[in-house]
Amino acid sequence: MPTKDEIFEKIQAALVDALGVDDEDVTPEATLVGDLGAESIDFLDIVFRLEKAFDIKIPRGELFPEDVLTDSQYVQDGRVTEEGLAELRKRMPFADLDKFAENPVVQDFGNLLTVADMSRYIESKVEVTG
Amino acid sequence: MRWYWIDRFLEFESGRYAKAVKSISLAEDHLHDHFENYPMIPHSLVIEGVAQTGGLLVSEHTDFVEKVVLAKVPKATFYCDAIPGDTLTYTTTIEYIKDEGAMVSATSHKGDVLHGELEIVFAHLNDSRLEALIDPESFLRMMRLLGAFDVGHAADGSPLVPSPRLLQSIEVGGNGRANAS
Repeated sequence: MPTKDEIFEKIQAALVDALGVDDEDVTPEATLVGDLGAESIDFLDIVFRLEKAFDIKIPRGELFPEDVLTDSQYVQDGRVTEEGLAELRKRMPFADLDKFAENPVVQDFGNLLTVADMSRYIESKVEVTG
Repeated sequence: MRWYWIDRFLEFESGRYAKAVKSISLAEDHLHDHFENYPMIPHSLVIEGVAQTGGLLVSEHTDFVEKVVLAKVPKATFYCDAIPGDTLTYTTTIEYIKDEGAMVSATSHKGDVLHGELEIVFAHLNDSRLEALIDPESFLRMMRLLGAFDVGHAADGSPLVPSPRLLQSIEVGGNGRANAS
């Protein structure tokens, strides 16, 4: 049963391998897309490595609910609606959506996810000690 | 030119790993530009050969139903050159397969010498507009030409054979028209 630090280190290693960045670049506040340069195909690679490192399953859309962002019920004129924001909060309890909620432009959502969000997500899937 | 960057499978263990060889020859025209007076196989074409080995391995695992495409090369490190007269052996091992795609780790050896280490990510495309790209007959031809059915084993250890589904889709024709055999 890993500690929070061990979880972070494994995530750091996965992101270094997948994105070709240095250890020092992978800080908790770093955004995957903006700071670490992740592109859509990289998310597939990252998910593979996380599933392997933590021996967990990450179903499609659990870490990154793309289905919400492409649903006309939740997105209008390129912005996520109140209903959409509520759905996102429900689906992503590990992410801090307050900043995004101030100006919920769909295009910007990709830049939301930070390494810390990922840590919290993994922590919710494994038994953490300390 | 024919886009074959491997020549034959040495081993093919369905769902697990595959080994293929690539013989490098002065008869390959492009080598005389890469480079003039020092022909060596471009590393990009080694990556392609490894991708073909791994791609067929991944594709066969889903009976060629999934459209498997090369999506990302997270790692491709080379340690020496491979020149005409050399035979490269590519060993690809499935690290991961899921609905969205697969990851394969691989090595390239020149005899006992490690030539390269690679990781390849494949994506499974699910766009129905791409149906026309999928040509079961080509996969079957390639697998036969490369000797996959001569050396291969299915998941249960029995000799690898073309699946009934694959053979049937060829008889009917990829676009529904019957083919003359």
